[in-house]
Amino acid sequence: MTAYFKNIGNSISTLWTGLKLTLGHIAKATHTVQNKDITSDNYFDDQDGIMTVAYPHESIPVPDNGRYRLHNEIDDCIVCDKCAKICPVDCIDIEPIKAVNTFGKTSDGTPKRIYAAKFDINMAQCCFCGLCTTVCPTECLTMTKAYDFSEYDVADHTYSFATMTPLEILTKKQELEEHEKNKAAAKTASSGVSKAARPVAKPRPVSKPKLNTSENKEPQAGKNEEVENKPKPKFKPKMKPKIKTSGEKAEKEGNENKKNQAEDTPKAKPVMKRPKPVMRPKKKSSDNDEKGDGSAD
Amino acid sequence: MSTILFFLPFLLLFAVLAIYAERKVSAFIQDRYGPMEVGYYGILQTVADLVKLLQKEDIVPTKADRKLFLIAPILVFTFVFAGFAVVPVTSGWEGAPIQTGVFFLLAIVSLDTIGIIMAGWASNNKYSLFGAMRSAAQIISYEVPLTLSVLSVVMISQTLDLQQISIQQGVHAVGQETNYLFGIKALGIDVTEIGGFLTWNVFRVPILFITWIIFFITSLAESNRAPFDLPEAESELVAGFQTEYSGFRWSLLMLAEYGMMLLVSFLGVILFLGSWNSPLPNIGSVRLADWTTGEIGTLSGHLWSAFWLIAKALLMVLIQIWVRWTYPRIRIDQLMSVGWKYLTPIALFVLLIAAVWRLFMI
Repeated sequence: MTAYFKNIGNSISTLWTGLKLTLGHIAKATHTVQNKDITSDNYFDDQDGIMTVAYPHESIPVPDNGRYRLHNEIDDCIVCDKCAKICPVDCIDIEPIKAVNTFGKTSDGTPKRIYAAKFDINMAQCCFCGLCTTVCPTECLTMTKAYDFSEYDVADHTYSFATMTPLEILTKKQELEEHEKNKAAAKTASSGVSKAARPVAKPRPVSKPKLNTSENKEPQAGKNEEVENKPKPKFKPKMKPKIKTSGEKAEKEGNENKKNQAEDTPKAKPVMKRPKPVMRPKKKSSDNDEKGDGSAD
Repeated sequence: MSTILFFLPFLLLFAVLAIYAERKVSAFIQDRYGPMEVGYYGILQTVADLVKLLQKEDIVPTKADRKLFLIAPILVFTFVFAGFAVVPVTSGWEGAPIQTGVFFLLAIVSLDTIGIIMAGWASNNKYSLFGAMRSAAQIISYEVPLTLSVLSVVMISQTLDLQQISIQQGVHAVGQETNYLFGIKALGIDVTEIGGFLTWNVFRVPILFITWIIFFITSLAESNRAPFDLPEAESELVAGFQTEYSGFRWSLLMLAEYGMMLLVSFLGVILFLGSWNSPLPNIGSVRLADWTTGEIGTLSGHLWSAFWLIAKALLMVLIQIWVRWTYPRIRIDQLMSVGWKYLTPIALFVLLIAAVWRLFMI
């Protein structure tokens, strides 16, 4: 019998405590807890009030070295293919065309010898490990602060950074073919034996077999070593401001704060929309994980 | 007449605002914003949801008992809505003039279960059936203490007419009934003229405060509100008896739930908290109670009494929402234990005391 009344008393007191607790929260709901930097000393001080971040309107600041969307500054890219090789999930798809001559310099002075006919990064596959930014010798591949890039179509997650038009690509290919032919002719003139043996002797890397660039793969491999031998800039986790070479790449800086980000995402779209028909047929073949046969278009 | 002219539009408006209030209160309790996008501070969110609901397809499962499935939500809403017929709106507008209003209300409120069982059983779905069975068990258990608590009031008031019960609890009782402080004639303090909260049933007979608590708890169970929302228990039964419903029929069930909340709040206010009477007492020549109640039948009388009744009822609804977002759902065995072992004996005991108290009043 005592337990019975104890139960009643207990219930009343605990129920009342609960009501007081929730009423306290209602009373404190007039105050909204401000977003604070996690490094600030009073981070845990302000605990009462509405904690929600009304996301599209406001957002929590992201750290400078956060690993979010990848960005390639194509003007600084020497198309060394290292990022594509190190990528654990093979989300970077590069189609290089060897240039006949050095055709420019990156902002840190590295000579550019390979054109990027295609530089696609599939952010839907990306695991955000950041390895590609670590190996990038010219630091043109960086992770930006943009993290809100959801799309309606999964194909829209493929970001194309190559700026070459189809005509340019064709021209460069023809140029290269011409050059190769001339070179081969010169070789044949000097010694006819080495010509046949050459492609067999140096198998090209498995990761990036490109059908139309197969002949120039081996000089490219040599180039890579050349690049590696250079004293390369040390990797810094923080992304340093790039010297912008073209106006439309300003979007990267725009990611500094959230407001710009909303307009940044649509801005990036036209860039990647254009080569879409190129990569669409590739979609099917990419299922069997061999990136190489994709370029056989 | 009051049902069509007043309660139908009022109920629709109420449902829209109560759902908004529900979301905001729950949000504030959980340190969130709640709806913010549609309209100023999200005020039109429920309207947007309603529009969405009305556009939805009315799906009837193939294996469901089609006829029962289709009429069940209409029945549920009709039973709840019929209850409003006897609820007085103002001091001069009493709704259906039924002598046995309380009795009618209790009967019609329990009929609600039939609709719920019909909905659950006809759905041919395990979750729905579970919800329906729980609902039946719950209503049977809680009908008893609910009726006993109402009976205490009826015993004190000596009438089943809701308007009569309302009149007794304020300054209009002058000439019909003498109200003593705390209902004890021996004290010799006549508060009939003073009115205000002193003549409300919970003050007139303080033991009715316990009855009111019991009534409030059981009314939560009657309207299937948390912590007694076992029939729809979303974390266990998807949506209980509502699982198979969509679109307009589902919104009818939802409307019935909110209608039930409002109905039991009205009933609780009328029985215990002074109905449409002002809480402000007459103090000497400062006739606060007279000023804020108005004469029966005059415009000010209508406005004041409607204001007080609706304000009190909405406050009760707010408390129901507050309770819902504070307590976790109780288990079915706890539900039975609370209903039969605690509420029913206490209600019986209070009924006895109320009977004795009535003797002090005369």
